[in-house]
Amino acid sequence: MSSWINLYNISYAIGEFVMGIVAAILNFFGQWIGPLSDLADWLMSVNVLNLVAIFIGGAVVMVFVSIINLFIIMWIERKMYGRIHDRRGIMLPGPWKKTHKGTGFLQNLADGMKLIQKELITPKNADKWMYDIAPAIIATTSILAFVAIPFSETFYVANINGGLIFILAILAIAPFAVVLAGWSSNNKFTLIGGLRGAALMLSYEIPLILSVIGVILLSGSLNPIEIVQAQQQTSVLGVENWYIIPLFPAVIVFMVALFAELERLPFDLPEAEAELVEGWLTEYSGMRFGLVFVSKWVRTYAGAALITILFLGGWSGPVLPGELWFIIKSYIVFVIIVWATWSFPRSRIDQIVRIGWNWLIPIAIISIVIAAAFKWVGWF
Amino acid sequence: MSDMWINMGPQHPMNHGLWNLKVRVDGEIIVESIPILGYLHRGVEKLCEKRDYNQIIPLMDRLCYVSSLTWAHAYCISVEEMMDLEIPDRAKYLRVIALELQRVASHLMWLAAFAPDLGMFSAYLYSMREREHWLDMLQWLTGARMNQNYPRIGGVRNDMPDGFPDRCIKELDYFEKKLGQYRQLFDDNKLFRMRTMGVGILSKEDALDLGVTGPVLRGSNCPIDMRTHDPYEVYDELDWEVQVGKDGDVYSRYTVRIGEMRESCRIIRDALKKIPDGPVRVKAPLRPTGQGFRRTEDSRGEALIYIIGQGGESPYRLKIRSPMFAIMRAVPVMLKGASVADLLAIMGSVDICIGDTDK
Repeated sequence: MSSWINLYNISYAIGEFVMGIVAAILNFFGQWIGPLSDLADWLMSVNVLNLVAIFIGGAVVMVFVSIINLFIIMWIERKMYGRIHDRRGIMLPGPWKKTHKGTGFLQNLADGMKLIQKELITPKNADKWMYDIAPAIIATTSILAFVAIPFSETFYVANINGGLIFILAILAIAPFAVVLAGWSSNNKFTLIGGLRGAALMLSYEIPLILSVIGVILLSGSLNPIEIVQAQQQTSVLGVENWYIIPLFPAVIVFMVALFAELERLPFDLPEAEAELVEGWLTEYSGMRFGLVFVSKWVRTYAGAALITILFLGGWSGPVLPGELWFIIKSYIVFVIIVWATWSFPRSRIDQIVRIGWNWLIPIAIISIVIAAAFKWVGWF
Repeated sequence: MSDMWINMGPQHPMNHGLWNLKVRVDGEIIVESIPILGYLHRGVEKLCEKRDYNQIIPLMDRLCYVSSLTWAHAYCISVEEMMDLEIPDRAKYLRVIALELQRVASHLMWLAAFAPDLGMFSAYLYSMREREHWLDMLQWLTGARMNQNYPRIGGVRNDMPDGFPDRCIKELDYFEKKLGQYRQLFDDNKLFRMRTMGVGILSKEDALDLGVTGPVLRGSNCPIDMRTHDPYEVYDELDWEVQVGKDGDVYSRYTVRIGEMRESCRIIRDALKKIPDGPVRVKAPLRPTGQGFRRTEDSRGEALIYIIGQGGESPYRLKIRSPMFAIMRAVPVMLKGASVADLLAIMGSVDICIGDTDK
């Protein structure tokens, strides 16, 4: 089955309903005041309704990504690494049993409540303006990536032609904010953390983008929806040929570069808590810390969603609706990321940079050659 | 970026204990480092001069909170040397069993501190889980998990409980299986070898010059272990081998400690097989005179206690030679030229215990 919910149509209907009420009220007063009727007509025009529909759709996706989905993936991660550690993980604050068999689903909500109550401390000699704005940059850019990520053919906020470039560009802004935060905190540990973040960004943006080029070659598009449709159209023996099969090296490169991009454990040098206390995050407290902490998961989910779209056929799958397939696949990718995170030691900065330049970039170029060869033979 | 000084301590996630490491870095490379000790000085040596001989044993337990039994034993064996006291064979075997149980627990505590330094938090919980079994065995044998107060001048406090050997062997089987899993988790892990191999090299000459002992010295390809070098108790009658590392880097120290855990299992098995019947304690003379001097192998190196008695209730003077104090002197040698990230691996590999360093 393809898609289930047409987000745009639903938002348009809701917008039309709300605007209809507003316009009726305005028309009622328009009996006495002429211009209000004109305003009501303008509000009911197609352009305004389109705009309202996009706003409502955007709000729906934001609520899903930054509240519902966020709590689910944070819960999955904490429960899962609890199991990897041979312990039960979070279990008490849950809606169901409050024993050691409980789920602890609301633990993250409780943590968030605690963080909101805490004082926002600014170091004495910090560059205050930059210090305040860095978490905001990270949080907004992380959520903004979901504007261009479609959950199905009809469930998206904006259908941008260069959507893939938009997503990669918006995710690449956060390391800049890391440098900003590291510098402005006026602390030696945050400074080293921020500079490590810059080094990491320089050596891992390139393989990340190179590994995507193969997909662009095969699908002939930069639009995420068209990339998935291209994967659905090519089939071998009746089975859809997802790009993970021809472009397996690219998946590996993308995954490894994603770990560096997300500052996850084998590559979490900017915030190596053992040597740099908490890295560039050291001075942040309260909800400023909470924003950065939470947007790490939002970014991780964006990465998992990108892998799903580019290599795993997006929302294509039998029986279940497309949106559900998309979420299932992206959660599986997320679980793999969590699994790898909690089983590796942290690597060193020079080793990371060496891996990036010596291994990932050549493998990414090989995957481009493979993609070009497939295209030339005409299999895709 | 020019040079800058970083204070790694007294409160920093890197130090396991209360000490300070001042590091001068050029970018990420360490140019110079100064360890600053003394935050935990309690004056144990002076305290010993005001207590009678049996009251000192619990004080020695508190020297190193991770490996307390070995220190109490080092004191008891030095006092016995001073008194020319021969203790029963069963007591010797019991001491060896307790010491090796303590050694494995201490090495597991080291692993639990070393792994999260490298970012493997999972391994921390694994080794703490295994350590719990060893602490259970120690508790059953001695009555306490942490400060056991088990050795006595002239033997040990109590005989082992009924059914101890059977359960001990069961735990040994379990633990040796787990050691195989650690091999998969650490040695087969490319990232772990990248972080540890060729890092923090301490040459054999430097190690000997600086008075480094214990697993750090044996990691530098120097097979000196006080248990065979200057045998005490019944170590020379048991079947085991000294563990030696090849390169003197962090990985060698890791392999030495993992190997020592395996050898400790062998020692306990052999000792449980060969243990004779008999009394576990003899009466010790009061108000001894003379000098006692005995080197023993602590979990961290050569633990030496020099004691002078002049016929009083308490010793005239007691000198503690702590292995970590000498190893701290070798830290700047190991750290020079390493990066800030290597600092974690190196400091983790020497297994710091500030309790016996500061005395």
